[in-house]
Amino acid sequence: MAPILQIQNLSHLYSAGTPFEHKALDEVSFSVERGEFIGIIGHTGSGKSTLMQHMNGLLKPTSGSVLLDGVDIWTDKKTTRQARFRVGLVFQYPEYQLFEETVYKDIAFGPKNMGLKADEVDRRVREAASFVGLTEAQLNVSPFDLSGGQKRRVAIAGVIAMEPEVLILDEPTAGLDPAGREGILENIQSYRKAKNATIMMVSHSMSDVARLTERLLVMNGSRLAMDGTPDEVFRHAQELVEMGLDIPEVTRVFLRLKEMGLPVEPVYSVEQAVTVLKKLKEGSAHA
Amino acid sequence: MLKDITLGQYFPGNSAIHRLDPRTKLIMLIVYIVALFVAVSWVSYAVMLVFLIGCIAISKIPPKSIVRGMKPMVMILAFTAILNLLMTQGETVLVRFWIITITLEGVIRAVQMMVRILMLITGTFLLTYTTSPIALTDGLESLLSPLKKLRLPVHELAMMMCIALRFIPTLIEETDKIMSAQKARGADFETGSLMQRVKALVPILIPLFISAFRRADELATAMECRCYHGGEGRTKMKLLRYSRLDFEAFGVGVALLAGVITLASFGL
Repeated sequence: MAPILQIQNLSHLYSAGTPFEHKALDEVSFSVERGEFIGIIGHTGSGKSTLMQHMNGLLKPTSGSVLLDGVDIWTDKKTTRQARFRVGLVFQYPEYQLFEETVYKDIAFGPKNMGLKADEVDRRVREAASFVGLTEAQLNVSPFDLSGGQKRRVAIAGVIAMEPEVLILDEPTAGLDPAGREGILENIQSYRKAKNATIMMVSHSMSDVARLTERLLVMNGSRLAMDGTPDEVFRHAQELVEMGLDIPEVTRVFLRLKEMGLPVEPVYSVEQAVTVLKKLKEGSAHA
Repeated sequence: MLKDITLGQYFPGNSAIHRLDPRTKLIMLIVYIVALFVAVSWVSYAVMLVFLIGCIAISKIPPKSIVRGMKPMVMILAFTAILNLLMTQGETVLVRFWIITITLEGVIRAVQMMVRILMLITGTFLLTYTTSPIALTDGLESLLSPLKKLRLPVHELAMMMCIALRFIPTLIEETDKIMSAQKARGADFETGSLMQRVKALVPILIPLFISAFRRADELATAMECRCYHGGEGRTKMKLLRYSRLDFEAFGVGVALLAGVITLASFGL
């Protein structure tokens, strides 16, 4: 099957033609298959947010193109608007965009803009709410009376309710406590499973992306620096560190172990680490 | 986009004009405005223009950005010009039809008013382009401090102005972000009737107000944590001090004003 999203030689200039001109994206190309879970990492200012806003047509490429199902999203006004609904974008700290009187109305904002019928809107709102674990009673309270973590869930539900085929999230767990983080990540997983949706997630938590994603895109200095499975990417731990990025804690431990002379290859998840260490222990027991 | 607003934008630099004490620049601006209103003839306008162009040249501000900042003023300029053109009585009638009479005096008057307003705005821009908002409020506070004797809360006013200026870019950025987020949920700000467009602003304004209040609250707490309690007994790290450059500038200012007044007294 053809890739759902194709990014071709995408470049973006901010404030073109003024002294403040700044190249935020430089010839970025990659494609996204249906159902993939992709992590995007890169330090602040590497172009991640700019890249995300191109995927659903919020920003227009200076050059290059974004194809959704093989069609350029800038073909005409209608395709751009369709792209907004088919590619859902959850911004950083999305709870700051809530505005309605009740949680229900806020989640319904997106589906209503799509021009859906009332009963379809209702179905989607309830389904989205259940994906993010909001109770029926919570639908009727003001979003401003909820806790920070719950507000975040409402905001994510507001995007999920549009039932986008591609869901893009910018640091969905920033500023939450561990339980809240885990909850949100599970919500994303369950949406993906239920709808066979494609997920792209920007994150600074290397252990999260290592654990959840199947593919990692590494942005550095407005360019796509690496593209591969977490295994492949974290093998270049040294380069990642040079780009100002973190590596999973367990990878760091293993790199140090290797330096100290143990015959181990770097791993990036705790499960892997356990297997490797067990093997090592058995090996030394036999010797 | 919203980012392109240049209203009162500060251009960092190190020209002689940048280095002037903000108080000097404020006083010079007042002198300049007074001179502009004393000037009545083309000769004195020419003198003022030479002065203005000289200042822009020294400041090294690209003339392009001054022109760009002028755009929002076009309406006011046009309005003034048309009003002067139609309302001025005169002897040499150029055009007359229906109730409209355009006289030569009217044309001259309209052009003069436009030149005056343009020079006024450009002069003000020069101040805001070469002075950081903080320096500007500092200067204002210092110049207005005699009014403290009249129990006017000068420091508090300056602090409020400073905070307001400081948060303009922050709020613009915030608005941009909220707009993008709502657009991502299919909000449409560009089409529809006037009513629909006004309604479309609700999803932007409510989050914007909430965040502005939140920021204000956080800022107040942060200031109180650092024991801020108004202007009483507050000292400054950077004291404003007049240097030789400032006195030279004052000299130029006095010369300019004297020159224009002299010209005016000769009816020029």
